Amino acid sequence: MQKKRDALPDRGAVLASLAAFSVLSGLGGVLNPYLISLLTIVFLFTFIGQSWSIMLGLGGQLSIGHALFVGIGAYSVAVLNIRYGLSPWFGLVVGMALAATVGAALAWLSFRFEVRGIYFALLTIAAAEFARVVLSGWEFVGAMQGLFFPAQSGPNSLWMLRGDARFYYFVALAAVFLGISVTALIRQSFLGYVWRAMRDDEEASRALGVRTFLHKIVIVSFSGAWAAVGGGLLALVQGSVFPDSIMGMGISVDILVGPVVGGLGTAFGPLVGTLITLPLDHLASAIGNKFGIPGLNNVAYGFALIAAVWLLPDGIVPVMVNLAKSVTRFSWFGYLQMEQVKK
Amino acid sequence: MSDLLELDGVSRRFGGLLAVDNVSFRLKGEGITALVGPNGAGKTTCFNLIAGAFPPTQGSIRFRGKLISGFPAENICRLGIGRTFQVVRPMRDMTVIENAMVGAFSWTRKVSEARDAAREALDLVGLGPKADAAISKLTLPDRKMLETAKALSTRPRLLLLDEVMAGLRPPEAAAVVAVLRRLAEKGLSILLVEHVMRIVMEAAEHVIVLHHGAKIAEGTPQYIVSHPEVIAGYLGEGFRA
Repeated sequence: MQKKRDALPDRGAVLASLAAFSVLSGLGGVLNPYLISLLTIVFLFTFIGQSWSIMLGLGGQLSIGHALFVGIGAYSVAVLNIRYGLSPWFGLVVGMALAATVGAALAWLSFRFEVRGIYFALLTIAAAEFARVVLSGWEFVGAMQGLFFPAQSGPNSLWMLRGDARFYYFVALAAVFLGISVTALIRQSFLGYVWRAMRDDEEASRALGVRTFLHKIVIVSFSGAWAAVGGGLLALVQGSVFPDSIMGMGISVDILVGPVVGGLGTAFGPLVGTLITLPLDHLASAIGNKFGIPGLNNVAYGFALIAAVWLLPDGIVPVMVNLAKSVTRFSWFGYLQMEQVKK
Repeated sequence: MSDLLELDGVSRRFGGLLAVDNVSFRLKGEGITALVGPNGAGKTTCFNLIAGAFPPTQGSIRFRGKLISGFPAENICRLGIGRTFQVVRPMRDMTVIENAMVGAFSWTRKVSEARDAAREALDLVGLGPKADAAISKLTLPDRKMLETAKALSTRPRLLLLDEVMAGLRPPEAAAVVAVLRRLAEKGLSILLVEHVMRIVMEAAEHVIVLHHGAKIAEGTPQYIVSHPEVIAGYLGEGFRA
């Protein structure tokens, strides 16, 4: 009984994700082009947010420079596809490998010299900005002029990852549910336990035999590789890459708002959070443009973050889970009492 | 057959303070040994040196004949030395059993195995019924026992317990002593830092006394309480066993 519970995710989560998946797939068939492209971006930022959320929510390592990995993935796909005509799948694999290496090197350097916590976060910003400046001056990858994918022609192709807006909607949706599954699997594996222990108290977990130095490197490297896949997909959807838009601080911030609002380290947090914050950002931006108040979207972000931290410090998803649990407990209450009488 | 643990001329200096001063002792393969002494005598520092929280300034520590001084804490744990912290350090966002599972992941990657081992460790210290509770629901004595269960789940050969009975009422402490005796009979060697002499007399077969960082006496509890230097330095002139 006990063993089964470990091997399988709990039934509520599986049902919830199946329901969400079928609703979102259904929507992919009926929504108008604007909502399709908005949701595609939501899904991609969810997917990247999941990588960031695992790193902080489970591993306890804060990154404010995740755009570094997003950019590595985006440029790997763009350069291999545009310059050499290779399938974006190669670009995704190369981007993952590069980002994993860069992440491991950054983590090794940092933790080797006891740079941790907020100082490590500052280091991630510095690394992302450094990479952005390098790319801005590198003619081979387009420098400031960026790189453009060739214009759309022919049918949708899964091999070349080229297609219309609806095609990318489903690619991004698949990525999100891959991310949800991987997050859930990691949470249930020994890594989930060991990483949470390390996040709560690093010294105490070392005394329990946790090789924290190694695990921290693995987390940053893994999260980086994951974000690079998201970056590669983002580049394809946008049809172009520029250093400022794919590797700028703005991307790093956009990544972290959703997971914080939705619930750090949870399987569904990034999706729920990004579904709220990104459309809010677009809405506020549209209202701001209409009434001549630029930057209203940033104000909206600020309010969303403050509201989340103030009212729901653990995020929306943990609250929803508890609510669902208490509702099911209530409806099963009579049945459970009968069971106990039988015993 | 070498001893389980050997400290040889171990010293640790913090700036101008010599916290542990040329301490040497040996632990046999099983039984309960107590490390006693007044506040600031260097007991906890001694623990931290053995457990690898920091390296000794001088001297060597051997475990099962292998030199371990200077090893990082996680490697020492994996070699078979479990420890508790004097100030309890539970992982606050994890449940009781999840806390106890962490140590088990030093020897297995199977979650089910870790859960079984954690349950066993919790049952041993009497926390079985509270396995699924949140840490915030635990009393201080419970938290002390959770520290012990966490250390036990690493499957140690040597268990370092830092004042796990401080703050317990006499019947609770007696229950803990009974648990420790059972563990020792199973072949575990336990090194215990303890303040209450009555508990030490009851639990330990062997006592080591530290004073100002140096070892001033070592022997059976009966020998220790009649040792003139120990009475003068620690127990007080009025103490008679």
